[in-house]
Order: sequence, then structure tokens, then C-alpha cells
Amino acid sequence: MNPHMSQRFSMQRLLAITRKETLQVFRDPSTLLVAFVLPLVLLLLFAYAVSLDTRNVRIGVVLESDTEAAQSLAAAFAGSRYFAVTPTRDRREAAPLLTAGKLRGYVVIPQDFDRRLQQFPPQSVVQVITDGTQPNTATFVANYARGTVQQWLQDRGVMPTQPVALQQRFWFNPEMETRRALVPGALAIIMTMIGTLLTALVVAREWERGTMEGLFATPATPLEILTGKLVPYFVLGLLATALTTAMAVWVFGIPLRGSVFTLLFLSAVFLLPALGQGLLISTLARNQFIASQVALLAGFLPAFLLSGFLFEISSMPLPLQLLTHLVPARYFNSALQTVFLAGDVWPLLWPAIGAMFLLGVILMALVARNTRKSLER
Amino acid sequence: MAESQPGGIELQGVVKRFPQVTALDGISATIRAGQLTGLVGPDGAGKTTLMRLMAGLLRPDAGHITVAGADTVQQQHLIATGVGYMPQRFGLYEDLSVLENLSLYAQLRQLPAAEQKRTWERLLEFTRLAPFSKRLAGKLSGGMKQKLGLACALMGRPQVLLLDEPSVGVDPVSRQELWRMVGELTDSGMAVVWSTAYLDEAEQCRHVLLLNQGQLAFDGPPGALTGRLQGRSFRLPNPRGDRRHLLQRALDLPAVSDGVIQGHAVRLVAEADADLQPLQVLAASAGSQLEAVAPRFEDAFVSLLGGGPGGTSVIAELMEPVSLESDIAVACSNLTRRFGDFVATDDVSFEVRQGEIFGLLGPNGAGKSTTFKMLCGLLKPSTGQAQVVGLDLARAASEAKNRLGYMAQKFSLYGLLSVRQNLEFAAGVYGLTGACKQQRIDEMVDVFELRPLLDSAPDDLSLGYKQRLALACSLMHRPPVLFLDEPTSGVDPITRREFWTHINGLVRKGVTVMVTTHFMDEAEYCDRVALMYRSRLIALDTPDGLKREAAHHGDEELTMEEAFIRLIERADLSELPV
Repeated sequence: MNPHMSQRFSMQRLLAITRKETLQVFRDPSTLLVAFVLPLVLLLLFAYAVSLDTRNVRIGVVLESDTEAAQSLAAAFAGSRYFAVTPTRDRREAAPLLTAGKLRGYVVIPQDFDRRLQQFPPQSVVQVITDGTQPNTATFVANYARGTVQQWLQDRGVMPTQPVALQQRFWFNPEMETRRALVPGALAIIMTMIGTLLTALVVAREWERGTMEGLFATPATPLEILTGKLVPYFVLGLLATALTTAMAVWVFGIPLRGSVFTLLFLSAVFLLPALGQGLLISTLARNQFIASQVALLAGFLPAFLLSGFLFEISSMPLPLQLLTHLVPARYFNSALQTVFLAGDVWPLLWPAIGAMFLLGVILMALVARNTRKSLER
Repeated sequence: MAESQPGGIELQGVVKRFPQVTALDGISATIRAGQLTGLVGPDGAGKTTLMRLMAGLLRPDAGHITVAGADTVQQQHLIATGVGYMPQRFGLYEDLSVLENLSLYAQLRQLPAAEQKRTWERLLEFTRLAPFSKRLAGKLSGGMKQKLGLACALMGRPQVLLLDEPSVGVDPVSRQELWRMVGELTDSGMAVVWSTAYLDEAEQCRHVLLLNQGQLAFDGPPGALTGRLQGRSFRLPNPRGDRRHLLQRALDLPAVSDGVIQGHAVRLVAEADADLQPLQVLAASAGSQLEAVAPRFEDAFVSLLGGGPGGTSVIAELMEPVSLESDIAVACSNLTRRFGDFVATDDVSFEVRQGEIFGLLGPNGAGKSTTFKMLCGLLKPSTGQAQVVGLDLARAASEAKNRLGYMAQKFSLYGLLSVRQNLEFAAGVYGLTGACKQQRIDEMVDVFELRPLLDSAPDDLSLGYKQRLALACSLMHRPPVLFLDEPTSGVDPITRREFWTHINGLVRKGVTVMVTTHFMDEAEYCDRVALMYRSRLIALDTPDGLKREAAHHGDEELTMEEAFIRLIERADLSELPV
């Protein structure tokens, strides 16, 4: 007999470990919290709180001119539902309010407003000053102020021909668009949480509580132990996907143009690198606290920042763009957006599936290399 | 290998090195089937490393280990089938029930489905856990957990059973049961290795391997080692005056190598070929006489490792004598604590006099810890009162806490802080500042010889130094009352003696000490012992008084452990439903 021959794979042992792990999942309220409650909370947050739609932004209108035209423009600002206007007569009154954070920006209607209007083509009729410490709001103030002026000019017939793009900006409904793009992205975050964070904790927990030593002393092989741990979390991940999708479609009214099957298939493929990453972290960390910190840094944050979920990849600096190729959530996010917004466009999906699969295989191989049935480090 | 029996273990020149230390340095020995082999040694001797090597979980750097005919490196998979291994903190799955734990291990060992049920029933019967089979493992008492661990390790009838400190934190009653079970197993031909820091356990083994600093210091039946001490063990019964002071003076004599308090007596071990004259003089001066007694394994162990520590505690010398306004240092009346329907402490009342060592004993789950926590203000009683130095814990909790020192189980040091930072924290948290704080810290550092270790992490210290540090932290504010929660659990006899030297010294200065313990030896150090069982106080007396109470007839000599077990059994009988 070959002395190096190791134990044969046993289905009975695999099932025993899977069963044990499943029981533990259901007995541990925190696991269920992460798997089912957290997705709902995240979804609510992304659908309502993280929205680019802003109303009643506090701005100042500095009216330096008393002409009828200037008054009319000031009234147009005051009437806008996007702004809450504090009228002033002097920019020296408005500036301190901006510094104090009481205003997000102010519009100056200058003394020579009428003269500027008469110029052809009219240019810089007003000055807009915004608070750059809050870039999103600043952009909003600038754009909407410009929109208000354009609209006003048009209504007065000063500018009969307007570039269409600027008008569209005004009618643009950011709320709907944001939500549609964010919810599929939220799904990627949620799956990363379940796949990476939960798995990172389970193996580390066995080391911490000393149960791993007992498990290693039985004939169970590392392959059986790891697979047995993955199965319940794989199923849990798919359940969470289904739940989140159902919420997205029925509660938030996000259209799902592709099929549910494709969505679940994508999730299944994505779970491969996500679980692999979690397992790798916990085989190396052997301590729940460190494992969770590493999982946050190496799993959650990249999924949040580098997946194209919040920040567009094409607008990142080149080194970061290259780095995003190592983040499985990047592929998952783009594939999800395709399925939700466009449909089952397989030519777009296959490259993402291939990349996630490849990353998964690499991670699993690393896990296998680092797991020996021994307490040696 | 020729003479090794099929079911035994053969160790040949086993060496195991870790980056910092050589844990085992050339161990060769034979462990036979059908008998119980004790693996004993002080902390850090390499016991756990050897256990893990035998279980095939570590590889030796040199040498070979053959377990039940299989090499632990070449045939690791055979080891896993033939060996039952119970690690030190047997990691039962606490969120699984007793039956689910058993079922997991049955399936991992691939027991045929038909056999599983029968095996569980046999093991549940064997461990007497059948009534609890549906209970979650995390809700079992310490003793029951160990029994369940043993049951899991026994799944699939291994030829060799490795038990790493199975009795740590287990009360005497459960311990007795573990022994009974292991006895039955060896009778059926199994080789059982039981590693332990409790030396009374080593004495009960057929064969003993004594490890010290990675080397095999003794290999043979325990009687052979004890025999070397013939004529060196003595007892000084019923001395006049303070027996702690007598012990201290005795230990400071060059002729004495080791000594402990035993109820009202002092037990001493003389140096080899020592002149006993000064000892006899000392005994006579205390109105007692030198009485030769049979040596114990512990005497031999301590003497083999170079004898116990001296008798004088520098820290105690340094302390100013404590004087309290009242004679009663700690008191409780009708103390009761409920957790939901469960009554953890039921109507407990007692008083502890100043300068007394008061022990709180009882099986796991008897309510010791709950009572203890209420007495030092960590837990609010449901009804009843607790007082420390005359201060009511319900009304003046923080004042009372300032007058007591608390040393928790496992020392509760901050692993991420250095030794110096731990001391500074302890001083700061008790409100010491400026020059006084610095002076106290310096004192502690000098007294406990911590100077060279100030920048190390507590986890890198040996157990003895950890204990010194923990004691230093709890004494920083010079408390008149000291609470010790299982202070020496899992600690070897030499470190334990050093610890008691300090405690005895402190008590002589008038400090009052409250202690919970599973060590019956430690109960002997106490002036009075309260025995708790099923949330109630069932006995309160001096150690000798409890032994007399438990004895069936007047001149029966019981050990503290026997007394403990009998009193508990008696309480069980009186509670039988009529």
C-alpha cells in the first residue's frame, strides 16, 4: 500500500459537515441577520437614502440691480422648487453665510445685469458661487442655477434657440435613474457580504473555539471540511439573491428585463470567487476579529468602491482601473446591470462569467494550497 | 519496535522545535495498550505538543512516532481512524445539541448507519448524558462538556485514546466519573494517555511520563518515583498559633525543600539527607512534633524539579498591616439571584472575618461564580444584601470596589498591552496618580522581579510570571480584601506554591482573601470553606471540620476531595423525592 495515499473522499462525511454547518447557520441569529436582514437594510438605504435627487437647497440670491429684469430673475429663483432662497442686497452678506455652511451657494445678479443681457450672444449674465466641500451639492447648485437662468431667458424670449442638452438637464429625473443603477449594484455588495464576510468568519471561528483541532483528528479530509462549509453558504447566498431581487422588483419597481434564471446563474458563478476569498482569509487569519477586518478591507470596500457601483470605472485613474480587474464584484456588477436594465445579452455576459470563474478557480487553488490537515503554520 | 504491542504507542527520539523554543528534545518511550499512562509536567513542559504529535496533527522534526502500528507522518490517515483525541479545550460545537455532536462525529468516523444508534445509546449510557441528549452543548456544565467530549473521541472504538488535560475546570464529582470511564476503557484493552497538571491524578495512573523543559524526567510507575522520597515527608499536626507563619519559617529553613498547609497541619518535605534537628526544634517551638508520613507523588514531583519556592513573600513584607473598622470583612445575608426561572444562588448567608482565607467550593454549576460575582459587586442580587468592609454593595458599590482587589480566572491581562502598560492601567483604573502611582508600580516591579520583562507582551510570559503580574495588578491599590476566582486553574504545583506563599504573606498582614477553586489542595489553605451545591450552601466549616463531618466514623481519615464528594452525595440523598 502506498503510504502517502490519503483518505478517499467520503460523501457521508461531506454530508455530515454540511448538515452541522447548516444547523449552526440556523442557530446563529447573527448569520441570519447578515444573510436576510442586512440585504433589506442595504436595499432600503440605496433605494432611498443614496439618491442624487435634492430639493430645497439653501442658496442666496444677491440682487445688486433693481431693474425689472433682475427682479424677475430673482423671482424665478425664489419660485423654483429646487431652491430655498435667502435674498440679500450685497455679496458681503451672502459670503459669510456660505462660509458658515448656512448656504450651499449663492447667485449674484450684478449691477450691470441689463447691459449684459443686451449683449449678443449674451454671456455670464449671473455669477454662481458654490460650496466645494460638498461636491455633489455644488454641482447640483451650479447646474440647476444655470437651468433656472436658461428657462428664464427662454420665457422672456431673449434666447429663442437653446442647446437641447441643457434643457434636458432640467427635465432629467435623477431619482429614478439612480435607483435603477444602484439596486443591481447593491446586490453585488450584499453577495460579497454573504460570500466573503460570513465565510471568512466560519473557518476562523473553528480555529478560535478549538473545534478545528477536534475535526482534524477525525478521518475527515480538508477537501471534505472546506466543501462541507461552502455548501450551506452557497445556498444561503442564492436565497439572499432571490430575496433581494424580489424586493427590488416588487417593492422598488426596478424592472428586471433579463430572466431570473440568468440572474441566479450569475450569482452562482460570482459566489465562487466570493466564497474563495472568504475561505482564503479565514485559513490565513485563524481569528475572527482579524478575519472580519480583512474581509471588510479586501472584500467589502473594493466591492463598494472599485466595482463601478458608486464610481464609474472609466473615470478612475488608470492604475485603479487596472486594479478593478481583480475585483470579482466588478464583473458581477456590470453583468447584473446588463440583466436588470438590458436583458439576457449573452455576448455581454460571457466575458464577465469567464472572469469571475477564473478568479474563483485561482482563489480556491490558493485555499487548497494553504489548507493542510495539520496544526503547523 | 519489536516489543511494542499492537495497540500501544512507540516514541523514538522525538524532537519538536518551534521558532522560539525547542518544545521536545529527544523523547523515547513506550506507552502500552490496556493501561492508563499519565503525562505530567509543569506548564510549558511540552505535554500538549507531545499529544498533538501523537495525534498526527504536528510532525516531529526528528525521530518517529508509531501509534497503534501506524507512523504518524507516513500514515496520517490511519492515525485519524485508530486514535481518539480530545484536545485541551475540547471544541464541542456549543450551538449543537448533545445528540447532534455525537451524530456529527459518528458520521465523520463513517460508522455504518445501523450501528450509529446503538453506539450513541452505549455512549450516552456510559457518560450518563442520556437525560440531556437534546440540550445544546453550550448549556452543559464543565464536567458534562468533558464527558461529551470524551464520548465524541470514543466514537468508532479507537485503539488509542489521547486526553489532553481532561480534568481542568472539572469538579471532583465529575472528575471521579471521568476516572471511572477511563478505567473501564483500559480494562477493555485500550491505551489511554491522560495529560494533567494535577498530581493526585498522576498518582492514580499505572505508568507515568514526567516531562520537564522538553525532556523526559521520569518514565515508570508513579510508586517508583514516590519511593525515592521515602522518609522525607513529614506532618506537623495542630501547631500553636499561626500555621501560615510556621510554614513560612519552615520553608525558609535550608533543610526544607517544600511545604504546604493541610487543614490545621503543615506538611513538609525535607531535603535529601538533611539534618532534621532544626525542623524538630521548630516543631517543638510551635507545640507540635515531626510526624513521618507516606510521600505523595506531588512531593516527588516538586523535589525532582528542584523543590518549591521559599516561604517569604516580599510583597507581603512591603504591605502595611491592614486594620479595618469592623471585624467582618465580607458579609452576605439571604443572598439570592435568579436568572429567569433559574435560581443560581438561593438564600446564601455567611460572614468572613478580617484576615481569613475563605474558600467557596462546589461542583460546576453550583452557583459559586454567581455568588462570588455578587460579593464583589459585578452582579446585582435579586434579593438579599452583600457587604464588603461594612459597605453595602447596593448603595456604595464604587467605594466598596475601591477597597477590594479582584483577580479573575485566566488572569484577565490585556494581551495587546505590555507588562508596563498593564501595570499602569491597573494603577490608573484604581485612581492612583502622579508620584504615588509611579512609586506603587516601581514597588510591584521590584517585588515581582518584572523589571526585565516590562516591555514584553503578557502572552509571552511564562505562566508563573503571568500570575505574578495579575496579582501585582490586583494589589496595586493595596486592597484590604482580595477576591480570587479559580486563581490557579491549570497551573503547575510549583507556580501554585509560589502563589500561595504570597497569599499567606498577605493574610498575615491582615488582608482578607475570598477564593473559589476546584483544587482540593487549595481548599486546605483556607481557614473556612463554604460548600455550595445546587445553588445552596450545604456546608460551612474548617477544612478539618468538613472532613470530620463527612467521615463515617470518628477515626476515618479523609482527603478533602473525598469529603467533598461525600457531602455532595449526602445532599443528593436528602433531596430525594419522598
